[in-house]
Amino acid sequence: MDFPILSLMLLVPLVAGITCLFLDAPMARLVALAATLIDLALGVLLWINYDIGGAQWQFTERAELFAVFDYALGIDGIALMLIMLSVFLMPICILASWQGITRRVGEYMAAFLLMEVLMIGVFAAQDMFLFYIFFEAGLIPMYLIIGVWGGDNRIYASYKFFLYTLLGSVLMLIAMLWMVNVAGTSSIPVLMQYDFAPEAQTWLWLAFFASFAVKMPMWPVHTWLPDAHVQAPTAGSVILAGVLLKLGGYGFIRFSLPMFPEASEQFIWLVFGLSMIAVIYTSLVALVQHDMKKLIAYSSVAHMAIVTAGLFAFNVQGLEGAMIMMLSHGLVSGALFLCVGVIYDRLHTREIDRYGGLAINMPRYALFFLFFTMASIGLPGTSGFVAEFLALAGVYQVSTWATLVLTTGIILGAAYMLYLYRRVAFGPQKNADAAAMSDLSLREWVMLGPIAAAVLWMGVYPESFLAPMRADIAALDARLARAAPEGDSRPQVGTPRAHEANYMEGAHGAAAGASEGAH
Amino acid sequence: MDYAASFYIIAPELMLTGAALILLLVAAWVRDAAKLATIAAVVALFGATFWTGHLLLDPSFDQGADAFGGLYRMDDFGSVAKLLIYLATIACLVVTPRFFDRRGAYRAEYPVLLLLNAVGMGMMVSAVDLMTLYIGLELSSLSSYVLASFLRDDTKSSEAGLKYFILGALASGIILYGMSLVYGFSGSTQYAGIRLAFADGLSTGALFGVVFVLAGLAFKIAAVPFHMWTPDVYEGAPTPVTAFFASAPKVAAVAMLVRMAIDAFGAQIDAWQQIVIFAAMASIVVGALGAIGQENLKRVLAYSSINNVGFILIGLAAATPSGVSAVLIYLAIYVAMTIGAFVAVLMLRDRDGEQLETFTDIAGLSTVRPALALSVAMLMFSLAGIPPLFGFWGKFVVFQAAVQADMLVLAAIGIAASVIGAFYYIKFVKVMFFDEPVREAEIHSPAGHWVVLGICVLIISPLGYLLTPWLGAIADSAAAALFTVV
Repeated sequence: MDFPILSLMLLVPLVAGITCLFLDAPMARLVALAATLIDLALGVLLWINYDIGGAQWQFTERAELFAVFDYALGIDGIALMLIMLSVFLMPICILASWQGITRRVGEYMAAFLLMEVLMIGVFAAQDMFLFYIFFEAGLIPMYLIIGVWGGDNRIYASYKFFLYTLLGSVLMLIAMLWMVNVAGTSSIPVLMQYDFAPEAQTWLWLAFFASFAVKMPMWPVHTWLPDAHVQAPTAGSVILAGVLLKLGGYGFIRFSLPMFPEASEQFIWLVFGLSMIAVIYTSLVALVQHDMKKLIAYSSVAHMAIVTAGLFAFNVQGLEGAMIMMLSHGLVSGALFLCVGVIYDRLHTREIDRYGGLAINMPRYALFFLFFTMASIGLPGTSGFVAEFLALAGVYQVSTWATLVLTTGIILGAAYMLYLYRRVAFGPQKNADAAAMSDLSLREWVMLGPIAAAVLWMGVYPESFLAPMRADIAALDARLARAAPEGDSRPQVGTPRAHEANYMEGAHGAAAGASEGAH
Repeated sequence: MDYAASFYIIAPELMLTGAALILLLVAAWVRDAAKLATIAAVVALFGATFWTGHLLLDPSFDQGADAFGGLYRMDDFGSVAKLLIYLATIACLVVTPRFFDRRGAYRAEYPVLLLLNAVGMGMMVSAVDLMTLYIGLELSSLSSYVLASFLRDDTKSSEAGLKYFILGALASGIILYGMSLVYGFSGSTQYAGIRLAFADGLSTGALFGVVFVLAGLAFKIAAVPFHMWTPDVYEGAPTPVTAFFASAPKVAAVAMLVRMAIDAFGAQIDAWQQIVIFAAMASIVVGALGAIGQENLKRVLAYSSINNVGFILIGLAAATPSGVSAVLIYLAIYVAMTIGAFVAVLMLRDRDGEQLETFTDIAGLSTVRPALALSVAMLMFSLAGIPPLFGFWGKFVVFQAAVQADMLVLAAIGIAASVIGAFYYIKFVKVMFFDEPVREAEIHSPAGHWVVLGICVLIISPLGYLLTPWLGAIADSAAAALFTVV
């Protein structure tokens, strides 16, 4: 396809963002919404035109604008899905900030639109250094969003976010420079097929791991996340949980796994170990939180641990599960933060005890909140179930113990989410001001409705989302096959029975009779 | 000896010297000649810039040329460094008068001193003989001492000048002593001769000489452990002078060091590589840690310049053509960033025209001066090396050179330490954007300041990446010039 649709998707929010700097509040809101909606439309166009089963890299663009690296864009199915997630969440974020942000609206919208440019850029970059630039640049707008429009303790949170993630990623740059020096190219598709010496892979893997583990975030480098989430404005939390956390997982699936298969195998114990600790530990921490946003932030860490475990299962189920988990978590945790934002806008507190009995005065809100709570737990029919089932099925083939622990984490997940829901939505209306809150407005309907639909769609018919990624995941699985670990579950493929399980001798005659009757 | 050819080659210096001498007379005889002298000096510097550019692009000088029997060498390396020096000097001169106007302290001697300084710096980067080098160095240093104390009735400025002079004289002495040792053991003051004499190995005495010369040069570029004077001088000197110190003389001193290390001592890289690696590491760390807790913006920027010198030295430590090329690219970006930052500091005044110089003073600036605050924020993120701003590219090429030279540990430690530096760079952003205003900043700044700031911000903006092929080609040819001398 000759039309540079990816560049256009970068250009629209960029131009709109710069324009927003010069506009007053109402105009800036409109321009931002329009730009994000245009990008959503372009994203839909991208998905429609994506040729499933076609070339691995589609919509490629290339311009030799710079020394050393190229402006090279292109997507595969994995990147397509994550770009869709980004452009889908952005208009919702703008809507979520419609009334909550009253100060310096133009700059706020500009920061968000810049964020969108960088997120799409990360997923579309086909040059390693271009990727790094987009990846790192995301720090700037997020630092400003947390620092300028955040809560009381925003300065500490913004510093922690910035320095933590920066420290994580700088070593990755040195690793990239080394790789490019050895391989002689900075093109990601070529490097994905390049075999580095196994002893070098160990160091490269660790350098990349430092970066992605912080972004993910994995235990024990997750501590920036609760602070950043709690202090960020609602839309900031949505983008942080919805898309920015996916950068880590995307990094693993794009760099660590295909480029360093041997090293990845070597460190399975590390990833599984950290994931197991994260699931149990952060779930327990989430149980005792008094702050709603903090609770959801900890639940994000737990969910991301399932992603990492699924990725390092080295099989198709694990990879697919991890990808669906990323998409599902992006939608569900984003929606949960929006749910918190809805009541925060009314009462200006995130303290769980200040609410109670919301199901009485806000029944529609309670319905949405319940739905997303269930999706977070992984109720069948929602996207969370598909994700957890696939990921754990993948992990089971490698390590039954890890699966046992991760599943326990899911039970704990149900515990803290239901406990949260009970305290907020059920019980007596103990606070008069909380009891007087009005139900969802039209704007909030428009925000939550599409996400609920998407969650349901992904839960009932995940094939729509799996199909574009299938070939890419199969290719990755083939690439990983040479290093795949031997699992401890050793599932045996049995011989199929001659008849179905509910076959009965006596029923045969009836069936035969029926077929005869059809003559 | 063909004097005509020699004069053709050193025409930029001649032009500047002539202008300086004439302006000195003008300053002595004409009343209120300050404005005229400034304009004339800018014109002379532009003339020198164009001539240098012409020499750089002229195909007949692709291999460079020697003047005066090998005392002075014109090659791409020197020309690129001189272009940076002249442009930085012009930028500094443009923003100067307004600062002194308020005290009525601006005099015609100022542009003259700057011109003489530029001549000295031009000689520093082109010298291929220890004698020429020393004359250039002293010409530049002496005019710098006077500039530092240009506000005669201000104790801080006088103190800065005196400190700078005493420590600078000490450093000159160390360099001179080192040079005498080098000359004693090599029997030549010319770089080519020294290189030849040291080709088979260094005797202990010669090694001492090399170490002394490098230590003295480390003082001039303010590399750790010879950096102590920097914060005091930068804080005490008038702000336009500080802007100048942080830009043009830094370029000259670094270029001089690179030429000396690669050319004169190029046969004995092992002898100085360790020193440069240490100085680089120490500068990065000390420059980053020292700035934490500073309140005065100029002091912070002083530590920032120490920090940046550390990164520049990583390129030199690699001791490869790509390393030298990286040094030049870094210098070019550094000059844009540092001049931009200081011009922004100059533009920070309250309603009464009083300079705002501390973090508290600029709190909440983004609400009063959004454009200025945004420019400073971009400059600071760029100095911190956060992409997509262009400052990242400087670090990128330097670390690329280090990785290619297989100095992975150096690169890893250096880049990890850069995170410490990011802490105080983002403090600027925090103070301007997150805090509430304390003092009222003036609303308008003169157009000249905006032009200089605008150019600097444009260069360090993501658009700067479009310059990379062109910048890389020039820097590569400049670096090659240094290595083909062999």
